[in-house]
Amino acid sequence: MVKKTFETSLKELEEIVRQMESGDLCLEDAVKKYEAGMKQSKYCLDLLDKTEKKISRITNDKDGNIKKLPFEDK
Amino acid sequence: MTEKNTGHIYTVSKLTREIKFLLEETYPFIWVTGEISNYSVPFSGHSYFTIKDRKAVISAVMFKNQKQKLLFNPENGMKIIGMARLSLYEPRGTYQLIFEYLEPEGAGSMQVAFEQLKTKLADKGFFDDSCKKPIVFFPSSISVISSGTGAAVRDIINIAIRRFPNCSIDILPVKVQGNESENEICDAIALVNNHLKSDLIILARGGGSLEDLSAFNSEAVANAIFKSIVPIITGVGHETDFTIADFVADLRAPTPSAAAELALPDKNHLIQRISTLQESLNRLLKIKIYDLKQNVMDLTSRLKSPDTVVHDFRFRLEDYESRLINMMKHYIHYNKDKCLWLSELLYTKKPEKKISDLRQYVKTLSKSLIDNFQKNFQEVRSTYIELNSKLQTLNPKAVLKRGYSISRFVTDKRVIRNSIETKKNDKIEIVLSKGRLITRVEKING
Repeated sequence: MVKKTFETSLKELEEIVRQMESGDLCLEDAVKKYEAGMKQSKYCLDLLDKTEKKISRITNDKDGNIKKLPFEDK
Repeated sequence: MTEKNTGHIYTVSKLTREIKFLLEETYPFIWVTGEISNYSVPFSGHSYFTIKDRKAVISAVMFKNQKQKLLFNPENGMKIIGMARLSLYEPRGTYQLIFEYLEPEGAGSMQVAFEQLKTKLADKGFFDDSCKKPIVFFPSSISVISSGTGAAVRDIINIAIRRFPNCSIDILPVKVQGNESENEICDAIALVNNHLKSDLIILARGGGSLEDLSAFNSEAVANAIFKSIVPIITGVGHETDFTIADFVADLRAPTPSAAAELALPDKNHLIQRISTLQESLNRLLKIKIYDLKQNVMDLTSRLKSPDTVVHDFRFRLEDYESRLINMMKHYIHYNKDKCLWLSELLYTKKPEKKISDLRQYVKTLSKSLIDNFQKNFQEVRSTYIELNSKLQTLNPKAVLKRGYSISRFVTDKRVIRNSIETKKNDKIEIVLSKGRLITRVEKING
């Protein structure tokens, strides 16, 4: 599966809810939509939590080497 | 005239040299103001122009080396103030101002440079909306290019952590003012594009004067922003400060804090939104199932068993049957009544009855006849008696009894009332009360 962006997933989730609200789905479709919607919402929440809190200071010495150090506010 | 006589005659060169000396000594460095016209830059790279006011014109030149220090490009019509020395060019006998420094009159040169660069970049399409890259809704990593120590970075980090506690941020410390600033900013943008490959760059700096912000108004930084593949949000200065970098950036925030807010979505808000959507999904599916269940139950209750169907038909049959019988009874009853009524009618018209009636009628009539006859008879009888009585009185025999007699001719029995009717010897019959006499006429007395 192509990795979806958070925004795409959220839009899909909203669209699924909208379709379910319209109420003219058959039971099978409604269940499918429900499962897809739950999957999307889990995916969205996972994405939100996946990023690790990390604030680094990037420096670049004269030879072009990039150094990544934890950022400390002075 | 007197000098000529004394024999002191100048050559052109000598005179020119003296004038040159006089001019250049008297006006070594002066400040001049005027309007630029006839501006031209030949291949040499020096600028030649005239500077004028309403009444006078002076030729002027500015050499390439001096020009490089200018922050703006001189243009025709521009009012300037400049520092110059006056110089006379002997071969042509002309004098000109050689400018060392120029600045626009009124607005500072920085401002003019700003406007000029803005116009230039706008013409190149740097500010076009079609060139703006979309900002990712939820960047997984953000690179902040700013002073490593300023308040701007702290503000950005605080806001970012508040909105999205587990955000990933790389800080690329750069000088944000001074000579190195331009290059450091450009290098940092290139570093992010080539190595870090973040989802987003925030280019930020706290407020400052136009001079302080000069790096953000430089063409080099504008180019770096325009070329960057990674989208850039600027947050430079205060709300009212607009820099060239702001115009070129994909999104402009009024302050560094605002840039952080635009860059990162509010995590709690997002979680709440997703939870709401989840709840909607749950609720909607429940409703769906409940509705369908209701529907099935409703339909089930309306399903008929074969028994019910048979029962219904039986009931209908019985109904029809009873209605049929009733109809029949009613029909018979009606016709019976009709029959009775007709026979009664017939009875009243039978012949016996008529005969009896006629007989009765005949009786009545005959009775009436008898009655009428008797009555008439009585009447006739009484009339007879009356008339008879009258007749008795009128009977001639009665008169005869009283002595009267009737004379009449014997021949024709004609009654004689007058004597002259008779003749002598006529036989006359005299009728007496009792018996008759036959006589003869003897004499006639008339």
